[in-house]
Order: sequence, then structure tokens, then C-alpha cells
Amino acid sequence: MSTPDTSGSATAAVPVGAALALADDALVLSHRLGEWAGSAPVLEEEVALANIALDLLGQARVLLSLVGDEDELAYLREERSFRNVQLVEQPNGDFAHTIARQLYFSTYQHLLYARLASGDGPFAGLAAKAVKEVAYHRDHAEHWTLRLGDGTPESHERMSRACEALWRYTGELFQPVEGLDVDHAALESAWLESVADVLGRATLAVPSGPRTGAWSAGAGRQGLHTEPFGRMLAEMQHLHRSHPGASW
Amino acid sequence: MTSDGWPLWEVFVRSRRGLSHTHAGSLHAPDAEMALRNARDLYTRRSEGVSIWVVPSAAITASSPDEKDPFFDPAADKPYRHPTFYEIPEGVKHL
Amino acid sequence: MTAVTAGTAGSAGTAGGAGTIGAADAAAVEAAAHEAVFDAAVAADERIEPRDWMPEAYRASLVRQIAQHAHSEIIGMQPEANWITRAPSLRRKAILMAKVQDEAGHGLYLYSAAETLGTSRDELLDKLHSGRQKYSSIFNYPTLTWADVGAIGWLVDGAAITNQVPLCRCSYGPYARAMVRVCKEESFHQRQGYEALLALSNGTEAQHAMAQDAVNRWWWPSLMMFGPPDDESTHTAQAMAWKIKRHSNDELRQRFVDIAAPQADALGLTLPDPDLRWNEERGHYDFGPIDWTEFWDVLKGNGPCNDQRLSKRRQAHEDGAWVREAAAAHAEKHTGGNNGKAQA
Repeated sequence: MSTPDTSGSATAAVPVGAALALADDALVLSHRLGEWAGSAPVLEEEVALANIALDLLGQARVLLSLVGDEDELAYLREERSFRNVQLVEQPNGDFAHTIARQLYFSTYQHLLYARLASGDGPFAGLAAKAVKEVAYHRDHAEHWTLRLGDGTPESHERMSRACEALWRYTGELFQPVEGLDVDHAALESAWLESVADVLGRATLAVPSGPRTGAWSAGAGRQGLHTEPFGRMLAEMQHLHRSHPGASW
Repeated sequence: MTSDGWPLWEVFVRSRRGLSHTHAGSLHAPDAEMALRNARDLYTRRSEGVSIWVVPSAAITASSPDEKDPFFDPAADKPYRHPTFYEIPEGVKHL
Repeated sequence: MTAVTAGTAGSAGTAGGAGTIGAADAAAVEAAAHEAVFDAAVAADERIEPRDWMPEAYRASLVRQIAQHAHSEIIGMQPEANWITRAPSLRRKAILMAKVQDEAGHGLYLYSAAETLGTSRDELLDKLHSGRQKYSSIFNYPTLTWADVGAIGWLVDGAAITNQVPLCRCSYGPYARAMVRVCKEESFHQRQGYEALLALSNGTEAQHAMAQDAVNRWWWPSLMMFGPPDDESTHTAQAMAWKIKRHSNDELRQRFVDIAAPQADALGLTLPDPDLRWNEERGHYDFGPIDWTEFWDVLKGNGPCNDQRLSKRRQAHEDGAWVREAAAAHAEKHTGGNNGKAQA
């Protein structure tokens, strides 16, 4: 597997939990976006969604390779070992749900990577490249949020519902991750401000519900996922696992 | 020329600095901002460009093929516009 | 689009005729003059551009061919997209996603080329969705295993490239230019398929068997992609005269077999044709008879996936309607007519 060019100093210095959290977010969201192939609302958007999915998959591969073999990590871990937030594993739903998920996640990822890129931690090199990709994902999500929110009554209704439905998964984004040296509270307030601004311009209300689930056991970062995730992994891992040790 | 109300746009891409924008193709988009983004995704996904213009196809005024002769033929008899028209003694440089 | 309205302007001379015999004669003379210019341009291997006068039959033939080609690109996304979520390694997953994305892009280039002939993408999609225009029958076969992805890359894309390379010199400028772009981008498609099959062939026994099974199923349909034999092909002669097409179906099919047969040997896989052998005298491979009954049957709609492919396409279009409407409505509100729509 390729060795990433980021801080080649020492793989040992990379905090495994943090690398997996970032990698799994990207891997799982990329997979979900890949499910759109052939079903996007318009051909131009097929190309756009695939670009985003490919960026994320590229990020995931670099991150996984920092801490092990990318395919072993992607295909042979059990559901409980995945560290992604629950937000990214949520099924695509309609295009509004996909865009709401993109808005929430890409805003977070952009703010996070901008901070990581400006530091000198183990992820600075990766983040410096990824932050440009992610800025584009954020821009894409913003533009669609504005068009769906302030488009037709139907699109407004769908976008409202999507923003509300996914709101409860956004609190988890700011749970401190060991080895990720950022001020999560500051990240959260910047995120809230940005998302509220976009929603406002899109004539959408900022959802008022809770931003975390009531389950004290935890969430994705603790390896606790939502039911659809198991099915997603079953599909993703089935072929690889059916041929132990094979190369592809 | 709309796709569910999405007009057609012509896309021009500057492949690298120092070159002019060249027509790359067209696409549909609801507005200029989205046209620019769609153009970026479609026409530069293999790093083919450093700058993009999008122009509504409807905004282009083109010469008509019927006007071909009056438009372009007169230029053909003005060889003095081309540098090769002039004879310069051998050995004269920087002209 | 200016180019499009002007593209049909060639016939304006006749449309304006007020009905007197003199005017009709004059129009006929003008049409003949146009035709002579067109024929001379084609004969001289010059490109025909959108605003040039062209025979209506030439325009119709191009629209039919480009549309079918564009439809094939977007329907062709489905059998491969079927494996994106199950790709067995992250490297393969990235390659496959990029490839399926390219197919959407190629569909876009081709619909754009068709639009220069005065046919909108909406119109063409309508015809696809209602079954009035076809796409390549090859995509009515299912992708049952991962090896099918490799076989499609090697054989189906290989056949497509054999067909498409000569189209880069097609007499219609926008189509030729779209094909240059498509061919450039497709060079990786076939190589990735071949590489994927090679990995399987050299892999475990089960992987090798998977590869052989896929090649067995895709070989004959790939040969059918070149269309019916020359003596049964209705469009070939005229298309060649117009230099839309440069080689006959049988010529291209032979070229493909000659390239693929040694490639199969290098893969360590066999092609499912007992009659396939090198003919020293002809300097080509001989191959067995193609089952044209199956070809016509699949074309008529009786392939394993015809209904599935078309209903998925229709579903995506219908599900996306509210999104396209929303963006159009937003543009109407916020750009106040300055959104690229044709001004009256």
C-alpha cells in the first residue's frame, strides 16, 4: 500500500483513534455518495457527486494507510470497530437529505481541516491538501441548500424536513476525539454560525430539536452505529470477505 | 434549449496561464454560478484548466454561414496584413 | 442556442417560398446549390459545422446515431454502478467510481453534440424514456459477479473504442470533437478492465473461474455490438457515404477479434468460440457464427435487463424532477431573467 507523504517522520506518531475517526467519516460518506451513481437528479450532478465521493475516498485511503493496510481496515473490521460519526452513515434518502448531510458534514470537515492544516500535528500535511477539496464540497452543499430551500414550495418542504431529520446527528461532530488537537467548542460555535447563516439565506429555519441522541452508551465515535450501517457494511465487505487472502 | 428550465451554457477553459480560453463544450445549469461549478466538475476533472468562463448559449451572436463570403473572403486579398508579404534583405535581424 | 436555430436556417429559403412556381423553382435551385457545397465539403474531408446547410436526412441520421450513443453512455452506467458498493478493494472502488463518472461525462458531451443539431436533451431523454430511441443492447445483460466489471472494461469498452476511434474523423465537427475527448478519456477504461481480469486470472482458483465465466458470457454480446452483418445493415452505406461512419460493421468486428484474441491468451483465459483460429491466408482470425436471433430478440426488448435498465433510468429522472424545478425556480427569483435563458 502507498505510503502517504504526510509527516513521513514516524507512523507511530499518528494517533490511531483519531486517524480512524477521520478515515471512517470519509470512507463511509464516500460509499453513501457512490450509491447515487446512475440515480442523480440530472447528469451534471452525477459528475459532481462522484467528484466529491472520489475526493473523500482518496482522503480515507491516505488516512487508513497511515495506521495500517487500507483494505484490511476497510473490509475486515466489524461494525463496532468503525469510528465514523453516525451522520455520514445515514442513508441517502431523497436529494434533500443527501444535501443536508453534505452541508452539515462538509462545513464541519472544512472547519476541522482548516485548523489541522494550520497546526503542526500529524494530520497537517493531509489536511493541507484535503482542505481545498473540502472547501469545494462545502460550496457545493451551500449552493444546493440555497436552491432547494428557496426554490419551490415542495423543495422548501423537503429541505426543511431533511435538515430537521439529520439535526440530531450533528452534536456528535464536536465530541472531542483523542489525538485530534483542536478546540472542539470553538469548532462547534463556528459550525453553528456558518450553518445558521446558510439556512437563513436559504429561507430555512435552524432546527430546534436536540443535537444528540439520548442514548448514554454513546454514538459512532464509540463504535455504536445506527441500524442501516450494518447493512451498508455487509454490502461493502461481502465480496472481499468471501475470498480470504485474495488479491484484486 | 432548456432541460426542465435549465438553459444551455457554453464553456470556455483556459488550459494554462498564458493561453486564451478555448471553447470546451456546453452543459445545462439553472444559473451562472451553478454553470461554473458544473463546468469545473465536467470539463476540468483531469486538471485540464486553470480558469473557466461560462456564457449563456443564447447570448452568443454568431456570423451566419450565408454571410461567409462578405465576412471572410475580403481578408483573403489583403496579404499585406501578414508578415510574409514583405521582403527583407538577408541578414537583417529582429524584424 | 444561436448555433442551433441557425443550424436549421439552411432550409429557410424553401420555407419562405410564397407558393408561386417561380419561387419554388428558385428554392430548388438554391437547395441544389447548397447540396453541391455540402457534398464537396464532405468529399474534401472538411468538417460540417452546426450552422452549415446540411441535408435533412444527414441531420436526422446524425441525431439518431449521437442520441443512441449518448443514451448508451448513461444506461451503461448502471451495470457497472451495480458493483461500486461491493468493489473488493479501495483502489478498485476508486477506479470504478471514476469510470462510471466518466460515462456520465461522456453522455453529457454527446447530448451537447446532439443539441447543436437542434434537438434538446429533454427531447432526447423523452425518446429514451418512452422507448422511441435505443441504446446499445449490450447493457441489457446483467453484471452477475465482480469479474463482469473487468470483462466489460476489456471487451465492451474495447469494442466501443474500436467503433469510436474512427468517429473522431466523422464529418460532423461537434460529434468528431466530442469523440476525441471521449476516446482520450476512455483509454483508461479498457486498461483497468484488462488489469482487473488479469488479477483474477492469476488469483485463486475461484477468482480464475469467475473471470472465465464472465468472459464466456460477455464475448458474444461484445461481437454483436458492431451491429448486424454488412449485408443486413440498413444505415451503413449512407452513413459511410456521408463520412459519419468510416468502416463497415464487419470490418470493425474483424479488427476487434484480431486484437482481442491474442489479449485473451495473455490473460490466460479462453474465448468461448471453438472456431476461433488464426487464418494465415487472410491474415485475420476466423471466428464462428454469431447468434443473430439473440441479438434481434434483445434489441426488441427481450434481453435479461431491458425493463430493469429503462425503469431505473425513468425513476431517476422522475425522482429528480422536483430538484430541477427547484433550481430553475430559484434562478428565476434571484437572477431576474439574467440566467442564460433565451431572450425573446
